[in-house]
Amino acid sequence: MDLTGLFAQVLNGLQYGLLLFLISSGLTLVFGVMGVINLAHGSLFMVGAYAAWAIARQTGALWLALPAAVLGGLLIGALLERGLFRRFYQRDHLDQVLLTFALILLFEEARSFLAGNDFHSVPVPAVLDFSVPVAGDFSYSAYRLAVLALCVAVAALMFLGIERTRIGSAVRAAAEKPEMVDLLGLDARRIHTLVFAVGTALAMLAGALAAPLHSVYPNMGDGFLIVSFVVVVVGGVGSIAGAFWGALLIGLVDTLGKAYAPAVAGLAVYVLMAAVLLVRPHGLFARRT
Amino acid sequence: MLAVASRAGHVWLALAALGVALLPLWASNYHLELASTALVSAMFALSLHLLVGAAGMVSLGHAAFFGIGAYAVHLLPAGMSVLLTLPAAALLAAAAALPVGALSLRTRGFFFLMTTLAFGQMLFFVFHDTPLGGGKDGVFVSRPALEAFGLVWEVPRRNRPTVLLLLNLGVLVAMYAGLAALLRTLFGRALLGIRANEGRMRALGYDTFRIKLAAFVVAGALAGVSGHMWAMAQAFVSPELLGWHRSAEALLMVLLGGLGALHGPILGAFAFIGLGEASNLVTERQKLVEGLVILAVVLALPKGLAGLGLRRRPARPAAPSPAGTPVAAAEL
Repeated sequence: MDLTGLFAQVLNGLQYGLLLFLISSGLTLVFGVMGVINLAHGSLFMVGAYAAWAIARQTGALWLALPAAVLGGLLIGALLERGLFRRFYQRDHLDQVLLTFALILLFEEARSFLAGNDFHSVPVPAVLDFSVPVAGDFSYSAYRLAVLALCVAVAALMFLGIERTRIGSAVRAAAEKPEMVDLLGLDARRIHTLVFAVGTALAMLAGALAAPLHSVYPNMGDGFLIVSFVVVVVGGVGSIAGAFWGALLIGLVDTLGKAYAPAVAGLAVYVLMAAVLLVRPHGLFARRT
Repeated sequence: MLAVASRAGHVWLALAALGVALLPLWASNYHLELASTALVSAMFALSLHLLVGAAGMVSLGHAAFFGIGAYAVHLLPAGMSVLLTLPAAALLAAAAALPVGALSLRTRGFFFLMTTLAFGQMLFFVFHDTPLGGGKDGVFVSRPALEAFGLVWEVPRRNRPTVLLLLNLGVLVAMYAGLAALLRTLFGRALLGIRANEGRMRALGYDTFRIKLAAFVVAGALAGVSGHMWAMAQAFVSPELLGWHRSAEALLMVLLGGLGALHGPILGAFAFIGLGEASNLVTERQKLVEGLVILAVVLALPKGLAGLGLRRRPARPAAPSPAGTPVAAAEL
């Protein structure tokens, strides 16, 4: 096994894991705070990716997709929360599953109506379309490095926002004990809208970043959604740190598995999940209850 | 919750079954095949209902056992008797459900849902990515033989839809009767008790984990039976049969029919298939119609289509029960 190849795969795994973190952090926060299961989270990722494809095709400037995904995500998330999800916090899981399954179908129909059913590749932006020499004769895609750096920055911002700001402490309180928010005299409904909007924006941002790497295609959200579920199960529900380390672990296991043991790679992350469930049924980073 | 239909309700259900059995007298082969699809969907939704309705376990991986039952027909030697392939499919699905259930049931609620979804997708990938299932595009299978005690019944092609319809109807009726009987046993009562209050059941000394696991395995085996009947009707299996969209559709059938009655999923499956067929007349965008219908159901009809007068009314305290059994126990 050559070392430069291994190094490249580890970087790929970290970069994939960080993308998964952007998706699964929204999933885990929305469940942790509001207790709602959002199967349509993968569709929001897909919307971000298709938005990036459309923007790149129309304007040729892919970077525009990043602010568009974030702002659009905040808006779409707030609208979905106010219009639909708010009514479902007290309903049982079955209703939440069906609501969000219906949203998946509707998002897919909208995608098919607006963008067709074809596979589209999205070119890497020209300024980042080169390889960075890392060590010796080993070089690595500049775009992937940029994605890595951006994801790390977003993750750091999230930690700071949640651990160090007043709003963040309110979100933590809401995830820990929903009644606490009312006792503190905060408006729980605004916190819910905020959490949902931020989660949606992160998923769409992840989609926009992933578009040049994974291309855009119908039902692309499905695979990412399910792997994000595995991340949340492994990391522990409601825990941002769990989502972070879980995502890196799953990203590395999946990428290295595909590179070095392709025959069983599809199953590797599920075997890992089964092992975690055996040892720590509430996830590796679950708070003790 | 999860009441078995009343005596009058059973009369209606029997009349409906008779109506389906008489379809071949006037319906076209196309409509007979459609009715067969509805019957198989009803079996699958019924098997899921044992988890959702009786035990309150919402699984998103149930289609995996349906798919395994279907693939059993592909994996077993061609030309075997249906009397052997059907139990084999059930056993195979149960064998897969045992480890999946044992691991998933370490979690509950939201976690259970995600875990079943992930294990279901894992089984999907087993058939999608490995040569075991004949590839990701699916594979044609030869139908199990209608053979009993050495007598083979060769069905002419044009009569096949009729025979399959009656066969599926028989399996569905047997499954319904079996589940109704199961819910009346101590095991069934314990299951309903777990849904109502698991902590109390544990305090009463029940091993709730084992009871739930047994329900999970039985539901898996029944899903395998429905998958087998699907493969027998279509003579074709593909990995999509294990995919989680099929699990979600079965959940929709359960909810559409109503959670409170054992026969709910049967109504739900027929409503779902009928709706898909009707929407075909209007638009080719099936998913759009399906999505809007689900939205309408969860927003406006949280109790489903059931009721319809088939369920036993809650007993009045003074009313003596006709058969000597306490009426209240039947409602539970």
